Amino acid sequence: MSERIRMVFSGSGGQGVITAAIILAEAAVIYEGKNATQSQSYGAAARGGSTRSDIIISDGEINFPEVTQPNILVCLTEEAYTTYSPIIRPGGTLLTDSRFVQITRKVDARQVELPMYETVMEKIGKPVVFNICVLGALLGLTEILKPESVMAAIADRVPKDFLTMNNRAFDLGLVLGAQFRK
Amino acid sequence: MAVKDYLRERFFPHMWCPGCGHGTILNALVHAVEELELNKNEIVMVSGIGCSARISGYVDFHSLHTLHGRALAFATGVKLSRPNLKVLVPMGDGDALAIGGNHFIHAARRNIDITAIVMNNRIYGMTGGQFSPLSGPGVKATTAPYTTIDNNFDVVELAKAAGASFVARSTAYHVKESTELLKKAILHKGFSVVEILSQCPTHYGRKNKEGDAVGMLELQKTNTAKLGSKALEDNPGLIPRGIFVEKECPEYCEEYDKIIAQAMKGRNS
Amino acid sequence: MNKKVRFLQGNEACVEGAIYAGVDFFAGYPITPSTEIAERLSEYLPQRGGKFIQMEDEIASMCAIIGASLTGKKVMTATSGPGFSLKQEAIGYACMAEIPCVIANVQRGGPSTGNPTHVSQGDINQARWGTHGDHSIIALTASNHQDVFKMTVDAFNMAETYRTPVILLFDEVIGHMREKLVIPEEGELEIVDRLRTSVPKDVDYHPYLPREDGRLPMSDFGGEHRYNVTGLFHDMWGFPSNNPKIVNELLRHLVDKIDNNVQAITRYKEHCLEGAEYILVSYGSSARSAIHLAQNRRNKGEKIGVLELQSLWPFPTELVREKCARAKAVLVVEMNMGQVLTQVKAAVDNPDRVFLANRIDGKLITPSDIKRLLRVIQGRGV
Repeated sequence: MSERIRMVFSGSGGQGVITAAIILAEAAVIYEGKNATQSQSYGAAARGGSTRSDIIISDGEINFPEVTQPNILVCLTEEAYTTYSPIIRPGGTLLTDSRFVQITRKVDARQVELPMYETVMEKIGKPVVFNICVLGALLGLTEILKPESVMAAIADRVPKDFLTMNNRAFDLGLVLGAQFRK
Repeated sequence: MAVKDYLRERFFPHMWCPGCGHGTILNALVHAVEELELNKNEIVMVSGIGCSARISGYVDFHSLHTLHGRALAFATGVKLSRPNLKVLVPMGDGDALAIGGNHFIHAARRNIDITAIVMNNRIYGMTGGQFSPLSGPGVKATTAPYTTIDNNFDVVELAKAAGASFVARSTAYHVKESTELLKKAILHKGFSVVEILSQCPTHYGRKNKEGDAVGMLELQKTNTAKLGSKALEDNPGLIPRGIFVEKECPEYCEEYDKIIAQAMKGRNS
Repeated sequence: MNKKVRFLQGNEACVEGAIYAGVDFFAGYPITPSTEIAERLSEYLPQRGGKFIQMEDEIASMCAIIGASLTGKKVMTATSGPGFSLKQEAIGYACMAEIPCVIANVQRGGPSTGNPTHVSQGDINQARWGTHGDHSIIALTASNHQDVFKMTVDAFNMAETYRTPVILLFDEVIGHMREKLVIPEEGELEIVDRLRTSVPKDVDYHPYLPREDGRLPMSDFGGEHRYNVTGLFHDMWGFPSNNPKIVNELLRHLVDKIDNNVQAITRYKEHCLEGAEYILVSYGSSARSAIHLAQNRRNKGEKIGVLELQSLWPFPTELVREKCARAKAVLVVEMNMGQVLTQVKAAVDNPDRVFLANRIDGKLITPSDIKRLLRVIQGRGV
């Protein structure tokens, strides 16, 4: 049975949750030759409101594209945490940002709380690269893909002038996440 | 080339009622095309549905007889995909300004190089004499047995406001004038509108006591006056004829060619 | 980076397919969930010397592509439910005047404005009978991006081959989801180009006189042959006629040219179908859930298979009958109230053994939804 990673990224519109999901899945397909699906719930609002994106990465064929029990769950708002923390697969990884989420419950999963937002603001000062830092943290934490693959996917999507800043955010995340690598 | 070389003679006599103004408009149009010495292979006539729309069957051009009200939408597809073609769109009241009103204002807004000919007879003839958005109030029609309360569009004012870069008006009575206006409209680069008042003795004249074709033509003569004429100055209530707008504006297909040049440059660099 | 491997939305895969097939002209009006098709083509078409126009409404878009097709271009438009309704009159015109064109309908919940950002497969019958009067139509669908690409190419090919509008019935999940697409090399997939008449200048050309093989060679507007195109019944020159013989023959031709070619038009896939006791008949995004379930259960020794339909109209009646002949039960998995179910019941020998596994709440039907119903049918409870 080929390895299959099921992820849910959740937060609020404008945090770059969807973009982060696309970059990760794209890195898996383009740079690691895997299969991936990325889907999201659509509403009328482009900014604000809650967002969720499902990502599946697999060496094999992916049919049903929705994630019912993620092995990796990322929650970037309290609301997202409250809504989605109960669906995590036992033994999975739950990543939250310490500024936005107050951990209030016990789940049968590894809970990792990282100061990603704070780090980005302190070291870079631009909230726009918060999502890239989250991706870095996730890669530091889990090794689902090679960091170089994700960095290459970032380079494909980000305007040249902003690449350095994005790479920096990614590296900051990597370092934060690596501390908790199993 | 003789005028008859522009016609599909095997379909004559035409299907319009005796005394209808539409045949005269066909005459004016074919003369305009002949005098301009246009190549028949480079003309596409697109029409909709109704008495006016049958005109496309009689001309030996590429002819596209479409849906009610949609002639300009089809014509936009023809023109944008082959901008070298001359596209002529004769329309009746309904085609141009009722069911097709939206396409009319948007074609004018884009200023796409199409010639729209509005054959205004103030009635729906083919379906048997219902009022149209060009009838105006106080008109008797089969759907207005107590007379109409609907206001009418002024085709010229509407075309001007929507952005047409050539706007003119004449009547079926003024055949030579119509030919001259149509020639200018066809040569004009951009969306051109020529409104030609036409008579429907069968359904409009009879019901509204305007008499037979001769009587109605008489009215086209006496109720109208040339722009800038003394008659119009003395009687501002007369319907003005002539050219109301003639201006150079960016034409849609030419502007799109610039988009293509820009997109290709971006892709190759 | 390998340029041929892409990670994109289904709507974008449709665009890639259209480009591969040689689309020259697109007219459209933005509507969720199909808008990405218009957005991408507004960028790509002028890069290739093609034309994109955003029309004033859905009706105008459909009319504009018909006009452009007559000048010899490969054309398409894209829409969703409400816009698809608006286009119906002009789709009928394209059927009657036999104008090649492709219409993508990325389905959302209906009727009316319905559920714009959520999935549905409720337009299957509208694709067949949306326009008035007898006619036949081709409608294709797909469950993954590789097939979205391929079906889009097929749609353009069939539009040219049969001189007819071809409808691509995608759905919101397929349209918006992102996954891998490997773009085939040039020449890998067959491309059917416009069949143009070889009748020379000044020789009488009959635009509506079929050749012996049933095909009608075209002449571009702007070319040497001037003829008439109309939505009225018409003779072989395209001029209006109400002669009963002509009316009768034209209508039969319009129906027969498609219905007599069901086999050539049929597109389908089999998943675990060999020896299947229970067959799931599905298409579009719901087929993904059906396949997921079938593969999962096969691993556990259950004999469940999927017949995935990729051409819905003309309905592949013979294929469905044959494939389902030995099944204990057939489940039609779709996201509507049983539009394909009706066709499957009519196709098989034992319609009482055909059941509907559906979901109509805007959510993608899940493998568990299907499994629950299957267990009931198998007499194994829920």
